[in-house]
Amino acid sequence: MPEGIRDKVVILGMGCSRFGERWESGPQDLMSEAFDEALADAGIGKERIDAAWLGVFFQEQSTGKSGLPLSQALRLPNVPVTRVENLCATGTEALRGAAYAVACGAADIALAMGVEKLKDTGFGGLPERTQGTVEDLWLPNGTAPGAFAQLASAYCAVHKRDMRDLKRAMAHISVKSHRNALDNPRAHLRREIGEDDVLQAPMVAYPLGVLDCCGVSDGAACAIVCTPALARRLGRREAVTIKALQLAPSNGVERGNDAWDGAHTLTTRIAAARAYREAGIEEPKKAIDFMEVHDCFSVTELILMEDLGLSAAGRAIDDVLDGRYDHDGAIPCQIDGGLKCFGHPIGASGLRMAYEIYLQLNGRAAARQLDGPSIGLAQNLGGVPNRNVASVAIYGRNALTR
Amino acid sequence: MTRGAHGILAVGSFVPRSRLPCRLAQAANGWFAPSLNPGSDARRSFCDWDEDALTMAVEAGRACGLAPHATAVAAVELASTSLPFADRSNAGVVREALDLPAAAVEDKGGSLRAASTALVRALTQHGNGTLLIGSDCVDAKPASAQEMRFGHGAGAVLVGTGEPIASVAGTVSVHQDFVDHYRSTGERFEYALEPRWARDAGYRQQVLASVAEALNASGRQARDVSALAISAPGGLAGAVSRGLARALGVPAASGRLESEIGFCGAAQPLLALIEALEAAAAGDSILLVALGQGVDVLLLDVVCPPATASLKATMAVASEESNYTRYLALRGLLPLETGIRAERDKRTALSAFWREHETITAFKGGLCRACDTLQFPPARLCVSCGAADTQAPARLADRVGTVRSFTEDWLAYTPKPPLVFGNVGFGNGANVLMEFADVEPGQLKVGMPLAMRFRIKDVDERRRFRRYFWKPVPLGGDADA
Repeated sequence: MPEGIRDKVVILGMGCSRFGERWESGPQDLMSEAFDEALADAGIGKERIDAAWLGVFFQEQSTGKSGLPLSQALRLPNVPVTRVENLCATGTEALRGAAYAVACGAADIALAMGVEKLKDTGFGGLPERTQGTVEDLWLPNGTAPGAFAQLASAYCAVHKRDMRDLKRAMAHISVKSHRNALDNPRAHLRREIGEDDVLQAPMVAYPLGVLDCCGVSDGAACAIVCTPALARRLGRREAVTIKALQLAPSNGVERGNDAWDGAHTLTTRIAAARAYREAGIEEPKKAIDFMEVHDCFSVTELILMEDLGLSAAGRAIDDVLDGRYDHDGAIPCQIDGGLKCFGHPIGASGLRMAYEIYLQLNGRAAARQLDGPSIGLAQNLGGVPNRNVASVAIYGRNALTR
Repeated sequence: MTRGAHGILAVGSFVPRSRLPCRLAQAANGWFAPSLNPGSDARRSFCDWDEDALTMAVEAGRACGLAPHATAVAAVELASTSLPFADRSNAGVVREALDLPAAAVEDKGGSLRAASTALVRALTQHGNGTLLIGSDCVDAKPASAQEMRFGHGAGAVLVGTGEPIASVAGTVSVHQDFVDHYRSTGERFEYALEPRWARDAGYRQQVLASVAEALNASGRQARDVSALAISAPGGLAGAVSRGLARALGVPAASGRLESEIGFCGAAQPLLALIEALEAAAAGDSILLVALGQGVDVLLLDVVCPPATASLKATMAVASEESNYTRYLALRGLLPLETGIRAERDKRTALSAFWREHETITAFKGGLCRACDTLQFPPARLCVSCGAADTQAPARLADRVGTVRSFTEDWLAYTPKPPLVFGNVGFGNGANVLMEFADVEPGQLKVGMPLAMRFRIKDVDERRRFRRYFWKPVPLGGDADA
C-alpha cells in the first residue's frame, strides 16, 4: 500500500452553483457561478492557479470535449486544463487530478471543476446515448433507474427480505433527504414529502417509484486546492484536508460472473477499504461523523450503507428505519439533500459532496449545520450496479502546523 | 454417407404466443365493415414487435431437435413472402442462429407455395440433408377480410436419409398464373379478388386434377389416403378440404389451424403437414395439398409419427390480446407518439457486428479451459482466473437460464412497455444482463427458469435495418396468463 495523500492537500476554497433546471444558464455560466464563490473563498486571484481539471460526463450534450470549455469560460491564463470523465465519479475524478498535482509538487494551486448541463435535451430523465458499438448489439436499452432497480430484487432474494420492508426503508430515505433539503437554498427539490407520497408515486422501474429517483439537474461545483505549507503562507492556521481519495472500477466480474450476487456494489467495498486505510481509519462506524453518498436512487443509498461497512449485511433496512442515517441519527447522511434533492448534475456531483462536507467541517452550513463534525465521507458510484466506478473520499479538519 | 431411408427426418414448428381474437377486431371495425363476420371464437396468431419471419424460422428450426442431425444438415432453405431482407441472406441469419456453420443457405419466396414446392424437390431429389423452413408474417389492413384470416407462424421439416417420420409416395407440382391475389414488391398488404371466383373457376379444378394425377402416378387409390392437409389462400382451405373429402371419401382436415392461428402464408403447407403428422399413426398416408397460383400435391406415407408434438405444444402457448389498438401498434399499423427518448440512434456498426457475429447471432460465450468458467461476451482474459487465450466458444442459446434480478422499466423506450430486463445466470459462473420477452408485469420472480428465444433486438427505422439477439422467456410457464 503506497503512502497516499493523507493531509498532503488542503482545500483552500470551494464554490457551488445553485442546482436545478437552470433554463437561463449554460455550462459556462454555471462554472463561473461556482468559480466566483471559490475564488473569493480562497482569497486568491485566478492567476495563482497553476493547473486545472474539468469533469464533464455528457460532453456531447452541451459542454463539449477537452479542457477548453473551462479554460474559455473562466478566461484562465493558458494554464493546462485536463478534461476527465469517469461516469458519475467524474467530479471526484477531477478533484483527484488536482489533488495529485498538488501532492506531487507539479502545481502549487490547482482547480477542480465539475459541471453538467442536462436540461437541454427536451425530455425528462438522463439523456439517451448509445452504449458502444458492440454493447448496442446485445445490452438491453434500459434506463439508469432500471439498472439500479436490479439491486432491489436481488437484495430481497439474497437476504430473504420482504420487498414491502425494503420499499418502506427506501421511502424513509427519500423522506429524509427531502426534509434535509428544506434547509438548503441551493437545492433543486425543496418540498417536504411523506412516506405515503413515496410509496404511492408512479412507478418508474419496479420497485422504484418517481420519488425513489434523484433529480436531473444542471449545476457546477469546484474546489481550489494547495499544499498545507502554502495554505499556511496564505494565513490559514486550520483547514479542511483530504484524508483519502480512492477509486475502484469494475473489471468485468459483476457483469459477467455470478460470483457477484447482484445485491451490493463490489467496487464501493474495495474503494472504501482502501480509503479507510489511506485515512488511517480502523472503525468507520465510529470515525465517520457524517456522509454524502451516491443516492441516485433510494435503494442505492440503502445498499451503500452496507458496502461502506456502516450497516451489517442484510440489515440496512432496519438501520434506515431506525433513523440511524437521519439528520439527528448516529451518522447523518445527505445533510444537503443529496443527489435526491440537491440534484445530480453528473460531472459536478462528487465536488458538490465535497462542498457540503467542507462547509460542515468549517461550521458554515447555516441552518443544516451539524454539531462539530470532524470527519466526513463522500462516495460516488458511476455507472450501473453491474459495471461501475466507485470513489470514496474522506475529508477532515486539521490544524496546519507546518 | 448416412444409411437408411430417405424422407422427412424431423419436424418443428413455432407460433408466436400473441393471439388476436377476431371478435376484438370486429368490435373495433364493425362500424365500418359490418359484413366482417369472424365466426365464433376464431383467433389469429401475430408476431410481437420483436418477432418476424426470421425469428420464427429460427424457433421452428430449433423445435426440430437438430442436435442428433446437426452434421447431416447440408442446407438451410427459408421459404417466405415476408422476409425482412431483400439483399442479405435471411437463411444465412437463421443458419448462424441455429449454429449450423457448414450448411449452404437459400431464401425462397415469391409464392405461397415456396415451401411446398421446395419440399417436393427435396423429397424427390434425394439430396443431402435439407432443413426447409417456411415462415411468414404478413400483415393485413385493419377492417379487411385478411385481418380475420392471416396468422403468423413457421414450420420446419428436415429432409434427408436416416430413420424417417414419413416418406414420399408421389408428388405433383403445377404452376398457373392464376392471380386471385397478389402483393407487389415493397407493398405491405395484398390485393385480393372475390374468393368465390378463385374457388369455382380456379382451385376446384386444379385440385381435383392434380390429386388424381398424384394418386395415379404413385399407383394409389383414393381409399389409400387416410388424412388431408390443406393450405389455401382466400379462406378457402375449408371448402377445398370438404370438396376433396367428398371426392376421396376421407375425413376433411380439422380446420384447427385456420380457427386457432389463421393462414400463415408460405408456412401454412408445412404447418398443415405437421398437424397431420402429429395426428397420424404409422402406416397412414397423408395427402398434402398446397394452393397459390397453382398447386403442389404430396402423398406421404407415415413411417413413424414424430415423438414430440411441437405444433400442439407451440399452439398451446397463447396469450389473448385484449386491446385492439395495442395489436395495431405492435404490428406497426398505428403510429403512437413515442417521445424524444425513442429518437436514440439505433445504427449498427456492421464491422463491429462482423467481428462479433458468432457471439451475437449464435449466442456463444467463452468457456475457460483453465477454470471451467463460462462468460459472456467471450474475452481474451478469463473473468474468473485471469488466464489468457483459454476460452473455447460455448453456446448459451440452448442452456436454461435463471432470473437473478429484474426490473420493469417504464421509462425506457420500447414498443411494448415496460422494458423488462435483468441479470440471468447460466451456470458455470456465467451472468448476462438481458432483456426478457413474453412476460407480463408482475410475472417474473428471482430464481425462475428461462428458455432463450431469438428475437429482434432493435429496429433502425432510419436505415431500415434490424438487429437480432436472444431474449429469455419463462420456461414452460408462458401459456395463457
